[in-house]
Amino acid sequence: MSNRLDTLPTFEVRVNTSALSRRRFRARGRATNTLLGCAGLLTVALIAQFLAPLGIVRAQDLPPTTVILAAFIDLLGEATMWMAVYDTIYVWAIGLVVASVAGIVVGVLLGSSEPLRRATSSTVEFLRPIPSVALVPLVVLVFGPRYESALVLVIYAAFWQVLVQTVYGVADVDPVVADTARSYRFSRWGVMRYVIWPTALPFVMTGIRLAATVALVLTVTAQLIIGTPGLGQSIALAESGGANARMYALVLITGLLGLAVNIVVRLVEKRVLAWHMSFRKDASE
Amino acid sequence: MLEVTHLQKLYRTAETSFEALRDVHFTVAPGEFVCLVGPSGSGKTTLLKCMAGLMKPTSGTVRVADKAVAGPPEGLALVFQEYGRSLFPWLRIAENVELPLKELKIPGKERGARVAEALAHVGLENSARSYPWQLSGGMQQRVAIARAIAYRPDVLLMDEPFAAVDAQTRADLEDLVREIWRDLKITTLFVTHDIDEAVYLAERVIVLSSTPTIVQREMIIDLPSERDQLSTRALPRFSELRHDLYAEIQKAKTHSALTLTA
Ligand SMILES: Nc1ncnc2c1ncn2[C@@H]1O[C@H](COP(=O)(O)OP(=O)(O)OP(=O)(O)O)[C@@H](O)[C@H]1O
Ligand SMILES: [Mg+2]
Repeated sequence: MSNRLDTLPTFEVRVNTSALSRRRFRARGRATNTLLGCAGLLTVALIAQFLAPLGIVRAQDLPPTTVILAAFIDLLGEATMWMAVYDTIYVWAIGLVVASVAGIVVGVLLGSSEPLRRATSSTVEFLRPIPSVALVPLVVLVFGPRYESALVLVIYAAFWQVLVQTVYGVADVDPVVADTARSYRFSRWGVMRYVIWPTALPFVMTGIRLAATVALVLTVTAQLIIGTPGLGQSIALAESGGANARMYALVLITGLLGLAVNIVVRLVEKRVLAWHMSFRKDASE
Repeated sequence: MLEVTHLQKLYRTAETSFEALRDVHFTVAPGEFVCLVGPSGSGKTTLLKCMAGLMKPTSGTVRVADKAVAGPPEGLALVFQEYGRSLFPWLRIAENVELPLKELKIPGKERGARVAEALAHVGLENSARSYPWQLSGGMQQRVAIARAIAYRPDVLLMDEPFAAVDAQTRADLEDLVREIWRDLKITTLFVTHDIDEAVYLAERVIVLSSTPTIVQREMIIDLPSERDQLSTRALPRFSELRHDLYAEIQKAKTHSALTLTA
């Protein structure tokens, strides 16, 4: 075996210099994007600052930016606001976890059984397009204005996102990989764990990312409409109390929460799919 | 060791039926190295898949180590034609080689030793921690081979494994496969469409006809068992065998069960 190295050319892992430069390029692109985003935000803030003083809108409809920011800073010191943030994240997180687990389990089942998929497809196609919000009367009837109501809506909306992606992911298993596993006599569990799951994972992560956003939208919507505790309810209360600057500040906080959710989910996705990202990057050359 | 008995395979769809294999019949003795050649589309992959238990033949049987094949048999490893796609892209090279051993429930320590040995065998010990997509085609193919030998099969089936590598790598891999066969005494069935490769590698060559396919001819390769890329290929006997096989394959292009058994 020792002469193997003489007869075979020794290969090293390719050091992909172009990948490095591409990454740098991409980083620069991202910085430009962030800069552009900030500039846009600043412009909007600036325009909003002068709309009321110039008499274009009424000050109580759209207070100047500085007034909103002052309300925002006040809010940061309020325990009730943080309680609302906590309630929102709580419902969002539980809803997302339940929807993800259910979506993955059902998705893997449907994805790996053609007859099961065919038997359920009409039911799925019927239920999936129902907007979660249309279920508001139903959940209010069943649970009343409690957080379970919000939870049901969130789970319903997020579930489909994960389910559909998981089914696609499971169907994406390469037949050669499947045959390889079979010829090496992998157990049923081995095929699931080492073949189906890693193939489906990128799709599942996409589903969860979409579901995370949808879940937040539904959490806030449910709080707004049903009045379950959380940021949505606070917004509704501020609005009905005529505290418009406060309402805008709460909207701002909700927006920031959405941003944070997105960043966190993307970070998780990047970590989980480290191999996959570079695989795709290389393959797309 | 391998017994293929009157194997027939029809590919059926709702309206059509295509007879790939008509009546394929041959055996491979324990420890033998046999090459299987035939025109493109003559059913070599189909035959291998039936032998590996990945596909059910329409009629006829395959026996591996005296057991009829119903599903993938124990102690058999198949190296696929599409080797690049047969590696698990989300696993590192060492993990790719290790996974079938894990499924065999081999203890961790022995697994590690077998993986290291197999990778050394194919000269890839420095790439153990790379991912498949970081390797060249020839390297990926060696990973697939390493995975097969770490599995310690009694029977090794290889489907045109070197079709996509350059000439130099190909020669190296040919020597590697001969060496593994000789050292580990694995019964080997090697599919190729390359005449030189078949003569260089095999103890015996089986020539398949066009579809519907039967075994058109078997040729004994009576070359010395010590083979060397330069001297073996320079032997007069090598040229003779090569010439015979060439003529046989030319014939196979236009002949099938329909013309040969008529
Ligand atoms: N799934 C399938 N359905 C229908 N026909 C098929 C199928 N797979 C293969 N065939 C046909 O069976 C014949 C044999 O195919 P096979 O892939 O076994 O050939 P091969 O000898 O391996 O060819 P190559 O040398 O190009 O790899 C071909 O004519 C092919 O068109
Ligand atoms: Mg083939």
